[in-house]
Amino acid sequence: MIAHEHVVEIRGAGVALGGRPIVRNIDLAVHPGEVVALLGANGSGKSTLVKAMVGLLPLSSGEVRLYDEPLAGFRQWHRLGYVPQRSPITAGVPSTVAEVVAAGRLSRRKPFVPSRRADRAAVERALEAVGLAHRARHTVSTLSGGQQQRVLIARTLAGEPELLVLDEPNAGVDLASQHAIAGTLASLADAGATIVVVLHELGHLAEVIRRSVVLREGRIVYDGPPHASPTERDLHDHDHHHRRSTPAFFRPSVRAPLDGGG
Amino acid sequence: MDLFTAPFMIRALIAAAVTGLAAPAVGTYLVQRRLSLMGDGIGHVCVTGVALGLLTGTSPTLTAVIVAVLGALLIELIRSTGKATGDVALALLFYGGIAGGLLIVSLSGDGVFALQQYLFGSITTISPSGVLVSVALAVVVLVLSFALLPQLFSVANDEDYARTTGVSVRVYNVLISVLAAVTVSVAMRTVGLLLVSALMIIPVATAQQFSRGFRTTMLGGMVAGLLAAIGGVSISAFADVPPGATIVLVSLAGFAVTAPLGLVVQRRRRAQVPFPVQALSPVADGHDTVGEPHGHEHGPRCGHPAVEHGDHVDYIHDGHRHAPHGGHYDEH
Repeated sequence: MIAHEHVVEIRGAGVALGGRPIVRNIDLAVHPGEVVALLGANGSGKSTLVKAMVGLLPLSSGEVRLYDEPLAGFRQWHRLGYVPQRSPITAGVPSTVAEVVAAGRLSRRKPFVPSRRADRAAVERALEAVGLAHRARHTVSTLSGGQQQRVLIARTLAGEPELLVLDEPNAGVDLASQHAIAGTLASLADAGATIVVVLHELGHLAEVIRRSVVLREGRIVYDGPPHASPTERDLHDHDHHHRRSTPAFFRPSVRAPLDGGG
Repeated sequence: MDLFTAPFMIRALIAAAVTGLAAPAVGTYLVQRRLSLMGDGIGHVCVTGVALGLLTGTSPTLTAVIVAVLGALLIELIRSTGKATGDVALALLFYGGIAGGLLIVSLSGDGVFALQQYLFGSITTISPSGVLVSVALAVVVLVLSFALLPQLFSVANDEDYARTTGVSVRVYNVLISVLAAVTVSVAMRTVGLLLVSALMIIPVATAQQFSRGFRTTMLGGMVAGLLAAIGGVSISAFADVPPGATIVLVSLAGFAVTAPLGLVVQRRRRAQVPFPVQALSPVADGHDTVGEPHGHEHGPRCGHPAVEHGDHVDYIHDGHRHAPHGGHYDEH
């Protein structure tokens, strides 16, 4: 077994924003090939936890190790692929889809070395994986919100990471893009990638997820198979009353039982 | 055309050309980082540098570069630490720079008039060694701007993400600031410290109306900057007007002339943005919509053949095409 080999190892991690504790004393280990959903209500700390996990927020206590290396001295960035929930890629000077996606390749490139054929091929493959190859030369800001989210995923895929950390990839994303994202993640999971994904609800990704971790007020309140998690049980009661294309933020009361103690 | 073969004019044209190329290259990064006025701020700080040069009898260009780089590092430090007060702190630095410069230059006995050629440019009096320094610094700026374009772009485009790819965000942020400082010092003799920012920003603003990508914006900005610099110097030679101001006005004229065309281009691009598929909005706006019950949302896996149609995908359904629009399907 490879049970002792950890991709992500979080021990006693706490994160405070503006002096207020958002994530408290979290222990979490993710093994190679696992596909983990981090679930929880707004403000439960799930986004904060993944930002701390990839080194974007400092820990107030505890430790995060990726591939058995403490985050403070982490050097294997090419193994990590982070997909933020929001990104300023459309602001400022126009940039093409291919230019933004090529930024994901920098974890494998050295300064002053021009891009090689392998780099350009990786960018092309990443764009094909999210179904946007025909948009490579378009300006990012002319894409729909869902397509922009797929650009963010392609950017991360261009680095060919072994661990993917995605922060709400379906938030505000149209149905076609949700399908495309679910398909991309399913094939990555099949290929053996380790995936940690922050979600409001399992939704289209339900088939891919093998483990759910539910957070409430910065603490883990459930860690186990997705079908037994409070959020998923709740979804099964309610999901079919709504059209599936309903964006998450229009869907009322889905998380209320969890807030009330699940 | 004797004027254009006069040595001082050739020097002026060379200095203008390298400034016109280097300023928009760095300016593209500044616009991307939404620090368009940073060049202006560094220009203010440069005044102190020039004054120190005049006071100590060393080359004002050299002292300007040193003080500008120090100022840029300080700006970067303030920007990266104190977010809430960064704006005010920058203003303090800028006005401290220009006031300090005026004070120091008055001590040197040259009087404030000695500053004038640096504040407003004096491209026609630039010395052969001055041209060499300008060319050398501009080449350094251009080489770094292009050789490190992927890294500098990533940091300017999405700083947090760049960090997760192992790119040293702080190093590249400092580098952009230092490149801006060096560019300001180069452009000081051409357009003057008070107008230097214009040559960094306006050509970029002109280019980005038409360009689709970052690299093409940068190249377009450099072409616009080069044309404005050469054109401005040429016009000023004939019309006997100050070259610095003329360069900036030519640059602005370029923007003004292209703006209507730019509006058209941008409107056409916006029209290509696909509709977001929003559900459950009852529609009564009179299109030919589908009344029949739909058991599912069309998607890649629904089994209906998908047809690319311009900017969206139609699905063939009972012999006709459905196009998702709002919460319903339009017939095509």
